[in-house]
Amino acid sequence: MMAPILKVENLSVELKTKEGTSPVIDNLSFELNAGETLSFVGESGCGKSMTALGIMGLLPEKISRVSSGRILFQGEDLASVTQKRLQEIRGNEISMIFQEPMTSLNPVYTIGEQIGEILRRHKGLNRKQSFLQALDLIEAVQIPDTKNKIHSYPFQLSGGQRQRVMIAMALACEPKILVADEPTTALDVTVQAQIFDLLKELRVKTNTAIILITHDMGVVYEMAQKMIVMYAGRKVEEGSVNQVIKSPAHPYTQGLISCVPHLTEKQPEVRERLLEIPGIVPGLTSFGLNKCLFESRCHKSVEKCLSSKPDSQSISTGHQANCWNLGK
Amino acid sequence: MKLVFAVIQRVFYAAILLLAVIVLNFFMMHLAPGDIADSIAQTMGGADEEIMKEIRADYGLDKPFLTQLGQYIFKVAQFDLGYSYFYTQPVTTLILAKIPATLLLVITSQILALIVGVLLGVQSAKNPNGISSFVVSMLALFGYAAPVFWTGILLLIAFSLKIPIFPVAGMYDVMVEGSFFVEALDVLKHLVLPVVTLSSIFLALYSRLCRASMMEVLGSDYIRTAKAKGLSRNEIIYKHALKNALSPVITLAGLQLSAVVSGAVLVEAVYSWPGLGTLAFNSILSRDTPTILGILFFSSLVVIVGNLLTDLVLRLIDPRMRGSE
Ligand SMILES: Nc1ncnc2c1ncn2[C@@H]1O[C@H](COP(=O)(O)OP(=O)(O)O)[C@@H](O)[C@H]1O
Ligand SMILES: [Mg+2]
Repeated sequence: MMAPILKVENLSVELKTKEGTSPVIDNLSFELNAGETLSFVGESGCGKSMTALGIMGLLPEKISRVSSGRILFQGEDLASVTQKRLQEIRGNEISMIFQEPMTSLNPVYTIGEQIGEILRRHKGLNRKQSFLQALDLIEAVQIPDTKNKIHSYPFQLSGGQRQRVMIAMALACEPKILVADEPTTALDVTVQAQIFDLLKELRVKTNTAIILITHDMGVVYEMAQKMIVMYAGRKVEEGSVNQVIKSPAHPYTQGLISCVPHLTEKQPEVRERLLEIPGIVPGLTSFGLNKCLFESRCHKSVEKCLSSKPDSQSISTGHQANCWNLGK
Repeated sequence: MKLVFAVIQRVFYAAILLLAVIVLNFFMMHLAPGDIADSIAQTMGGADEEIMKEIRADYGLDKPFLTQLGQYIFKVAQFDLGYSYFYTQPVTTLILAKIPATLLLVITSQILALIVGVLLGVQSAKNPNGISSFVVSMLALFGYAAPVFWTGILLLIAFSLKIPIFPVAGMYDVMVEGSFFVEALDVLKHLVLPVVTLSSIFLALYSRLCRASMMEVLGSDYIRTAKAKGLSRNEIIYKHALKNALSPVITLAGLQLSAVVSGAVLVEAVYSWPGLGTLAFNSILSRDTPTILGILFFSSLVVIVGNLLTDLVLRLIDPRMRGSE
């Protein structure tokens, strides 16, 4: 078997707020293989975006930093490389698309310039070459009227088109890893489906591994092979998409999945709120406490949940969950 | 095409604004006690009713009010601003002779304030706890608190009296004569203190705004995207951030134009700079109404043209100002 392309080992990220410093990512480990799609799910505020930013080295300056652990990209620890090296990798070997297509493009440059720039930076193309390749890329992400659109400014495009531009930019250098943080949350449902179709198509072409962050189980089922469920900065369950969705082990995962009734019969358009789990994600101040952070919302909690942080329990090969009361 | 249309539109608005200034001027001339006939009579050492009547007829002062207004607008449109009996010269000639000195002062100090202000602002936004940030704060304190004439006098005492590096007053040294370069250098030496004085207020304003604007831009999503693309720090700051941060600074600079012109009046007075300001000062003292109104007209023209230019620069920088097709 080939070595994983990305190996995150015991990653902890701390975040400073007015209330104090808390581990917004708490001892997270996972592996990503070439060409594979790994999905992160969990409610808002679970630390999914911070995980993505941590991998990219884009944690909010001054208030947040990697406090321990390693992020091994092809054996090189991104948490300790120089800024210069990180700049060489970003956009070239690992790239990212964001949740906010409306504000993620620079308003004062044409999209042709914004796509072309990354090719000049990493691939050493000149202006003319980068322009021609940008044209190809805009066509590849299926924006109509390519020849005119390349001269447009972001404010002249729709949200879906802007996200397509972001995808074109992210895939311009054929990266080994694409980090997609809720790429369709801000878009219409019909546009969402188109964007995912596009990602699937491009994934086949470039063999890019994808870290797909979403809170939509339907999307996970459609897109990913492996998934990780996060809760309050911790991984609570991990396994293949089939394992986790067909036989969720953690009460939190069970709650998430029961909210989407006919998931396995493929009805990705069903998107309901998490009605089945009472309460909300705890605030940052409780992150990192030595207990199960889901305990207060859990119908299966036992005494031990209050006194120690759950260990990882193996369920079957590749499937594990962090819970003290897995037995049914 | 769109740009041409927009320019025509702006010029049209500017023309209307200028017309309003002319009409206002006309009313002020009429409100001022006495008329041209009185001034002429005064210089002649008094005149009887007959002669006064003749003069009034000569100048069309006996015509109906609206006819007079129409004639006045027609004359101003041809840059005929009347005659100054105090200087015994046509006002236009008088002003045109003084305008280059004022423009030199105003434009140089604005460019200096903008360039230094933006550089300081960017530097301190990059490093909010660094020296440049301290400089911006001190400048702001000084620039806001100190009146221009006070700064001017202070610099004058420091750098032309105590440490005589720069000339005390004026724009040329009568003793200096020679090639173009020698004379230009002489003007430059005279220019330093007035420009530093006039730009000090605006430097404070622009550097602070630029710092705030830069800090806001640096926290925006598209800057995060630029980082995710692997761009270098300099590309991010000078290419992606600065172009966005510049619009508010340029807008402010445009709005400050009238303040710059009125600031120039004070600075010119302090340094006896032979420009419009000194002329305005003297004509106010001698109640030379045609000249005062002429200066008002020309300074409005400067401000209006300046605003037009500001508008065009903004369009160049920010595509959103150009509107979508
Ligand atoms: N820039 C920030 N400043 C303060 N708190 C933040 C910041 N970014 C994230 N957080 C906090 O960190 C936690 C995790 O956030 P995030 O990773 O964005 O969650 P998710 O992406 O799963 O919705 C949340 O409690 C959020 O409020
Ligand atoms: Mg998020």
